[in-house]
Amino acid sequence: METIKITIDNKQVEVEKGTTILSAARKMGIDIPTLCHMRLDDLNIENKPGGCRICVVEVQGRRNLSPACITKCDDGTVIRTHTPRVMNARRTVMEFILSDHPKDCLICPKSGSCELQDMANRLGIREIPGQEIAAMSTYRKDTSPSIIRDLDKCIMCRRCEMMCNDVQTVGALSAVNRGFMAAVAPAFEQNLEHSPCTYCGQCVAVCPTGALTEVDHTRDVLRAIVDPAKVVVVQTAPAVRAALGEEFGLKPGTLVTGKLVSALKELGFDYVFDTDFAADLTIMEEGTELLNRLGKFLKGDENSNIPILTSCCPGWVNFFEHNFPELKDVPSTAKSPQQMFGAIAKSYFADKIKINRKDMVVVSIMPCLAKKWEAQRPEFSVDGNPDVDFSISTRELAHFIRQANIDFVNLPDSDFDRPLGESTGAGVIFGNTGGVIEAAVRTAYELFTGKKLSRLDFTELRGMEGVRQATIDFDGFPLNIGIAHGLGNARKLLEDVKAGRSKFHAIEVMACPGGCIGGGGQPLHHGDSSILKSRARALYEEDKNKPIRVSHENPYIIQLYKEFLGEPNSEKAHHLLHTHYFDRKAKIVVKP
Amino acid sequence: MSSIKIELRQQDIDKITEICDSFNNEPLELINVLHKTQEHFGYLPAEIQEVIASRLNVSTAQVYGVVTFYSFFTMTPKGKHPISICMGTACYVRGAEKVLDEFKKELSLQVGQTTADGKFSLSSLRCVGACGLAPVVLVGEKTYGRVAPDDVKAILKEYA
Repeated sequence: METIKITIDNKQVEVEKGTTILSAARKMGIDIPTLCHMRLDDLNIENKPGGCRICVVEVQGRRNLSPACITKCDDGTVIRTHTPRVMNARRTVMEFILSDHPKDCLICPKSGSCELQDMANRLGIREIPGQEIAAMSTYRKDTSPSIIRDLDKCIMCRRCEMMCNDVQTVGALSAVNRGFMAAVAPAFEQNLEHSPCTYCGQCVAVCPTGALTEVDHTRDVLRAIVDPAKVVVVQTAPAVRAALGEEFGLKPGTLVTGKLVSALKELGFDYVFDTDFAADLTIMEEGTELLNRLGKFLKGDENSNIPILTSCCPGWVNFFEHNFPELKDVPSTAKSPQQMFGAIAKSYFADKIKINRKDMVVVSIMPCLAKKWEAQRPEFSVDGNPDVDFSISTRELAHFIRQANIDFVNLPDSDFDRPLGESTGAGVIFGNTGGVIEAAVRTAYELFTGKKLSRLDFTELRGMEGVRQATIDFDGFPLNIGIAHGLGNARKLLEDVKAGRSKFHAIEVMACPGGCIGGGGQPLHHGDSSILKSRARALYEEDKNKPIRVSHENPYIIQLYKEFLGEPNSEKAHHLLHTHYFDRKAKIVVKP
Repeated sequence: MSSIKIELRQQDIDKITEICDSFNNEPLELINVLHKTQEHFGYLPAEIQEVIASRLNVSTAQVYGVVTFYSFFTMTPKGKHPISICMGTACYVRGAEKVLDEFKKELSLQVGQTTADGKFSLSSLRCVGACGLAPVVLVGEKTYGRVAPDDVKAILKEYA
């Protein structure tokens, strides 16, 4: 490693050649302010268009100020980060940005977690010169089933564009037009709904302002709760318990499962259940499907549809429907845990408590924005009554809890209700990249070999690498597993499947970097990827502490099959728990 | 930006495919592909951009981003006689804006629009390299120099 010596604010330091001024300064504890720049270390994701100019510094020998985020250090460089000239320039840049930004912070959905608001405060901006005469650029607001685009609040940092194109390879968003008209928008400035958007929500997860936010359903949920004619059932996804605490000042990675249940009960939900139960159910259905396909494959059947692809992630489902419709028979037909839960709650459980499904409202708490759209898919309803009525994000739940005057941090722990609240460690790790396939392996191994597993931790399936692979010994049969998180990584594995050169038997895909713990509905990470790692650790810890860690031993799952479904992949199970996919690729119309 | 809904014929798609192929379907050649395509069709409606995007394997949003960034590209068909008024510094200070306003008034058009009969379209551009003739107006390939607002009617009459 070649090193060079530089001086920042009179302190000398040795850094690797090629280091930017920004990262050198951060290593020294000098916090140069940034706005458009964002870097997720463990995921190799970086946005540095050098566009906003908030991070300018003075470099000795250079006439102009230099943006720290894209300027590399030379040997002997002398840098000053807070001279009057720098501070004036920063202030001017900020004033310009704010002159074309709405001032309705009080009622903005991003208020309190807005990086622009924080920056204005940090730089001490108290007035914006020329505001009375300055023109403002205005845009049409776009509301999709999951995401709201309010581009009046866009500062053209281009983070969303980078996530959508470079990381996810979805290509729904691009910078369009120029000057005052410039915006980040879908092709032809159509609504997001008419673009290849997957609703993964990674644009929302990185937006520094209120330009991209989720559709808020908390008021609908409140209305259902206070309606005496409705029984309101709530399910919470695994990744929520590892992140919700952050919204209340707890350290990232703090598990708040028990407090979460208490809070939901205080909010007035009639039954507090766990999506992890449905995750165990997913493993029963998807695992059985894997073994069936594997059986065909081993007999040499060309239509075995191996590799099987997981289908829990709605962003991923949208992605292959848009981009690989020719492969739509390859993913597992198993519904996602959210939808399995809804289907079982409004049949099995509604029967149990002797109510009509129309009198039941199913709410889901999800780390995800694509779940909002998934809940609204027409195929997931019976006579217009959806299996899942409302899906709200971890962030929305946090707002809801605060509105209800609940002292979250000091809540006692409570247990989930039965029967749909009992889950195993396998269900818990569904929130991490690699977790679904690890859970599937635990069950598939025992069903395939008829033997008990000697170990339950498949650490070779864990980690943050974008594409991972492992071979698990199924008692002499080597099962090849592929894992991708982030849709760009998934695309690579899909191209191989399409070309017939994939060597995998099973592939797990999660749309969001890190898996659901990094979902678009989670508390904002503001560019700190260590937060995602802490959440992942928390879920593995919860798994470890569970008395039962394989899905097929969940007593309430066994009971569900005995009382209601029969066998995994039975006709009834197929009717309630499986689905089919659609070709959503944009077609070029030819005039006859 | 508004776009006119068109239906492509197979021969149109073949032409776009031919242009993309001539640049080896290389995404980095997007601007050249757009130039060639606009040269052939006269404009770049949404449907044509979609074909180009799928041929070059880039997102339609990205193609649209480039089309809307460069003022040379247009999504509305140009008139039979495209009128361009230079708004470069020299032309501007010598009254190009007043000339432009006169064209707008005479034709009841905004910049970027085409008359209903398809005869004229109006655009502004930056510097045609004839600052000595400022303010400059182009109609098709023909250049008019030292144009005053009073000349506008006469210029239009030439194409009546």
